[in-house]
Parts: sequence; structure tokens; C-alpha cells
Amino acid sequence: MRLSVVDAERCTGCQICMFACTRRLGYAGMGKTAIHIKSVGGMERGLSVVVCRACQDPPCAKVCPEDALVLRKGGGVLLSPSKCTGCGLCRQACIVSAIFWDEEAEKPIICVHCGYCAKYCPHGVLALEERRAEVPDAAK
Amino acid sequence: MLPNDPLANVLYVDLSKKRSWVERREDLFAKYIGGAGVAIQLLTENCPAGTDPLAPEAPVVFATGPLDGLFPLGSKTVAMFKSPHTGNLGESHAGGRSAVAIRMAGLGAIVITGANTNPGYLSIEGGKAYFRDATTLWGMSSSVTAGRIIRQNESSSGLRSIMRIGRAGENMVTYADVSTETYRHFGRLGMGAVFGSKKLKAVVVSGNRTLEVADKVAYRALYDEINTAAVSSPVMKKYHDLGTAENIQPLSALGGLPTRNVQAGRFESAETISGEHYAEHYLGRRLACSHCPVACIHIAALREPYEDEAYYYKTTMISYDYEPIYALGSMLGLSNPEQVLSLMDEVEVLGLDAMSAGVCLAWATEAMQKGLVTEQDTGGLKLEFGKADSYVAGVEAITSRPNEFWRVLGHSVDAAAARYGGVEFAMAFGGNEMPGYHTGPAGYLGFMLGARHSHLDNAGYAIDQKELTKGLIPAEQLAQKLMDEERWRQALSSLTVCFFARGIYTPELTLRALAAAGYDLTAEQLAETADTIYRAKFAFKLANGFDFNKLTIPQRVFETPAVVSGFDEAYMRRAIAFAAGQLASSRA
Repeated sequence: MRLSVVDAERCTGCQICMFACTRRLGYAGMGKTAIHIKSVGGMERGLSVVVCRACQDPPCAKVCPEDALVLRKGGGVLLSPSKCTGCGLCRQACIVSAIFWDEEAEKPIICVHCGYCAKYCPHGVLALEERRAEVPDAAK
Repeated sequence: MLPNDPLANVLYVDLSKKRSWVERREDLFAKYIGGAGVAIQLLTENCPAGTDPLAPEAPVVFATGPLDGLFPLGSKTVAMFKSPHTGNLGESHAGGRSAVAIRMAGLGAIVITGANTNPGYLSIEGGKAYFRDATTLWGMSSSVTAGRIIRQNESSSGLRSIMRIGRAGENMVTYADVSTETYRHFGRLGMGAVFGSKKLKAVVVSGNRTLEVADKVAYRALYDEINTAAVSSPVMKKYHDLGTAENIQPLSALGGLPTRNVQAGRFESAETISGEHYAEHYLGRRLACSHCPVACIHIAALREPYEDEAYYYKTTMISYDYEPIYALGSMLGLSNPEQVLSLMDEVEVLGLDAMSAGVCLAWATEAMQKGLVTEQDTGGLKLEFGKADSYVAGVEAITSRPNEFWRVLGHSVDAAAARYGGVEFAMAFGGNEMPGYHTGPAGYLGFMLGARHSHLDNAGYAIDQKELTKGLIPAEQLAQKLMDEERWRQALSSLTVCFFARGIYTPELTLRALAAAGYDLTAEQLAETADTIYRAKFAFKLANGFDFNKLTIPQRVFETPAVVSGFDEAYMRRAIAFAAGQLASSRA
């Protein structure tokens, strides 16, 4: 299973997914979110959803000097915080900029594809679903 | 409040000295909660009576509350300043990302004083203020373009709010607004002019962090309860379906839609500028404030051909709501929905308050019809109800202020009527141009007695429609109802939740939500805090020249049949006198 962006055009920019991802860990605010919503060059042009695509062969894991990123079943990676030194190389390797930074812990924030955010999305933008390998995201 | 909650951090910025510092103000946030409660204290501390609203020392205060960043619909920032429009309390609320951004920046409030020598904008990040040059942005024709350039120059996309003015603010039109995230506004009462007087083009606030709660498990459970209510409650339905514009047709049918400067309460073309019509033909996108599952912001896609080249079009995304449709539509007799959208877009780009601009132009049109104002006064512009081109030129003239007439009209409809005549149809109350409710005595009293002259102060229009249609009640009783509602709204605007969520945030739920943020209050304590805030606002108003006895009521109100009829000036005066007795004295 992985988190999928069903249709970013439905997104209203409420950022409730960002609050959900942080609340999952018992906090208010947005400081732990692994999903981000931002405008496409201004609210008038709509919104983009930035979240891990659950790569099968993730570039972030390849550049980690400490082997702190382990391949996740279903795609993407899991972070082993005790190994991570906070060097930030993984962020640079992610071409969709879906690795965020926990300023409080000084470690990367990486989506675990739990689907907690999707449960709160009021407009059906997000879903937790089986990988549809035959449909590239760009074609949606 | 919770110990060490960043909510108590107040960022003070002195533009003149290019200096900023943070003070812990637990004294304010523990006692007055946040939002309006804290803002009125910070305003009173920093703005002694007699301060010129456009002088460098006049402060601009932004305050958020403990529920911002914690719960759905905790999405509002309260701004306070001394109004250059009325000379007394300026209070304006906006959403967008402003409240969440201020909270995520580790702040509860911001106090800006002083003035820039050259145009500049402020970038507030990680609790610090950075002073940026905005010389190149000053005078730029579109506030939307200025916003785009600031966006490109600053980081933290998606985690920031960009509050900016347009040319109307730069030119200190006293009803210039400050817009945020393109489509939300600190409207009414002229905070844009205060920004302009400080040569402050914009304030960018960004940050990201976590916030502690009193009990993690209880917090998640309460969050789910509030969120479920927000997405499924029938009280929120009207805001997400057609949006506030759904009121156009019903109000017109009842005779409550101000039309052609309130010469009528029914608009024969209400259908073509209705929420239903816009949704069916133009609705192109819906947007939400940060942390709001409702998404009441309705954006029309307006496709227009260029006349000088075939097969050449532009598409503009324009936000519409009930109030701008009233002020720039029915009030000006405009029945073409596309022309109304174009005029709204023009007002957006210039950074004017839509309601004040519409009311001023409606008065000017009638004054021209009656010969009080001539084309010589207007510089050759002939304003006519139903003629959109003249109004597009009119809002530009209000902004660029080319001669005495437009300078006066850019000050207020009252100022213009005092100079040229027509006070009986200058539709302002307490110095502020009316919102779109010709419903009856409760609506009009609400505009006059409300501390920030907003139709949302006390929702008098709702009392007209729900209660007074069955018959008038004693004036004193009506004034008491308005005051009771407004008193409770001081609590809501200190949390700081959207008033559209007032049906969800009942006193009982509000107390539980506050407990999650570490406030252990009883219902009585919350009511008392709300009363203290309400009185502090009136103390500021009265110290700065507000006088219940000097409130004027344009005769038009009594002449044009409203939703509720049968009230006269004596009735209104009795209600005002009762409110004055309650609010002009300090608490017994």
C-alpha cells in the first residue's frame, strides 16, 4: 500500500493533511508533517501536493552514508533515527522534494504511507491504495 | 495556558529604527486568551488617545489565539489599529494562512510601529523580523503581481502568509485593505492606509513547528469530534455549497438586498448575479483557509477575449462572495455577472475595501443624478447605475485621487456628503459604509453599535429575519440582544475561530477546546473575560472620539421598505441610548 495523490486539482489548500500527519505523533501544529501543500505560483493557479511517491528503487536510500534509510515493503523507505546523523543528503537526492526537515529533531521527515492524512482529507485528494504500476502519475 | 506555549511571544517591530524584539506576554494571553482580547490590550498600550492614525507611532497589531494551529476552523488573525477611516477602533479579521503562519512562526502577536524611510516589506521568520527593500514594488499597478514577486523572493512556500497592500493603501485611501493569500482580506476601516503611511508594502510571516497540548489522547478525540461537526454539520453546508453568495436571491426576494444606493431592497436582476448563477457558469475552483475543511472561498474563472486580436483570450481567477456582489453589483445596479466580476477584480488589484468602494460610488451616482455632483467635479466621468465602465474608471479615480472630488470620496461617503450634500442617502453608519443588509432595525443598529462596524459583530440582520419579521420588540430589548451576541463573539474572536463556525463552537465545546490548550476556565469565567474584552474595545472607542449621541442615520433607511418595516428614528434612538448606558460606563 502507498499513499496516492488521486487528484491534486480537488485540493483546496486547507492543509488538514499536514496537521493530521503531525497530530499522528500527538502534537498540534505542522512541524512533523511528511506531506506538504503549496500553491502552484499563487493561490489563483491552484495547489500542488508534495509527498513521497514510494519509489521502488529510492534514490534517497542510495545516498545515505549511514544506511539509515531501509527499503520499505511497497516502496519508499523507513528511517532509522538512531543511525541518522542528520546530514541531509537524502533531501538533495529526492527530485520531487518530498523529504522534509524536522527542525526540532534535526532529522529528515519521511512519509511512512500509513494513510492517516487521507482519512482527514475533506475533498478526496488523497488515498491509501495498492500501487498501480501500470499507470504513471503523470498520466493521471 | 500551557507553560512555555509560544503563543505568549509578542514580536515588536520598530520600522523607524529597523529593530525587533520578542517579549513574553503571558500576563496578556493567560488573562485575555488571544485574538481580539489580546489585540485590544496591545493596541491600548501602544496607541494613546489622540494618536494620528497615519503617524509613524501609530501601531498595527496582529494577534492569534490558542486554538489556531490546534483545531479545525481556528484560522483567523485579528488585526487592530486606530482607524484612519473613523478615527477610533480599527479591527479587522482575516484568514488565509495568516493565523497558522503566525502561530507556526512561534508567535502569538505582532506589534508594528514606526515607518520606513523608503518603501519596504517585513519578512518574519523564526520569530525574527528582516527588513527588505520594496522600492521597486511601490506603485506597481497590481497588488497580485507584487504578491507574486515577494513570493519568489522568499522561501517557505506553503508555510507562509503574505499580507500586502495595493496602490489604494500606498495612496492612503482610508478604506484601503490589506489582502493575504490573494483572496482573503483585512478589510474595512483602512488598515491598508496605515500600512501605506508606514511605507510598508507587505508583511511576510513564515515558520513551521509543533505545539504541545494538555493531553495527547484527549486532544485527538476532541479534534475528531470538531472535525466531524465541521464536515457534516448542516450549519456549515451553506458555506461549502454555494458559499456566502447563496444569500443574494433570498435577500432580494425579502426586500433586503441594497439596490441602487438602497433606493430599492429588491434587485430585478438578482438571479444573474446570484450564487447559483455564478456556480453554474463561472465557478472554477474552491479554496480554503489553512485548517478549514469547509473551503468557502469561491473562485470564478472569467474568460475574456481581447478586442484587438482574434482568437486571443485571457482567463482571470476572481474570488466572489456575498458582500462584493452586493456592493459592486446590486448597489450599483449592475446586472451583467461578468461585469461585476471584472469590477471585483479591479477592486482586488487596487486593494480597496469592496463594500466602502461600492457604497461611495453608489452615493456619487445618485448625487450626479440629483445634480449635487457634476462632471466638472468628477473630471468628466459620468457615473450611471448599470454602467460598469464608469465604475471601473471610478475605482481607479478613488485610488489615484486626481482632484478634490476623488480625494474626498477616497476619505469616506460621509466626508463626500458633508462637502457636496446628500447626507440623507450617504449610506454609512458610525463613519463606515454599510454592508449588504437592508433588513431592518436590528441590522442597522448592529452596524452602529458593533465595535468594529461589521455585520458580523452581532448579526443584527439575522435578528431582523428570524425574529422581528414577527413583530418589533421593545428597542431596549433589541439593543440588549445585539450586545449579548456581540459579547459572546469577543470570546470566539479571541480563540481565534472563524465566525462561520459559531454554530459548532458552542460555549460548552469552546471550554473543552480551551482546556486542550491548557486553559481551565468555567463558563462564567469565559463570559466574564468576553465582557471585559467587549468593554475594553468600547473604552478605546470612547477615548478616541466615538460618541453614541453623534451617530447619524441616513433617512433612506426609513424610506425604502426593508425586510422588517415599521421602525422609525425614535425607536433607533431609544436602542442607542440604552446601549450607551450599558457600554459608556465602566462595569458596576
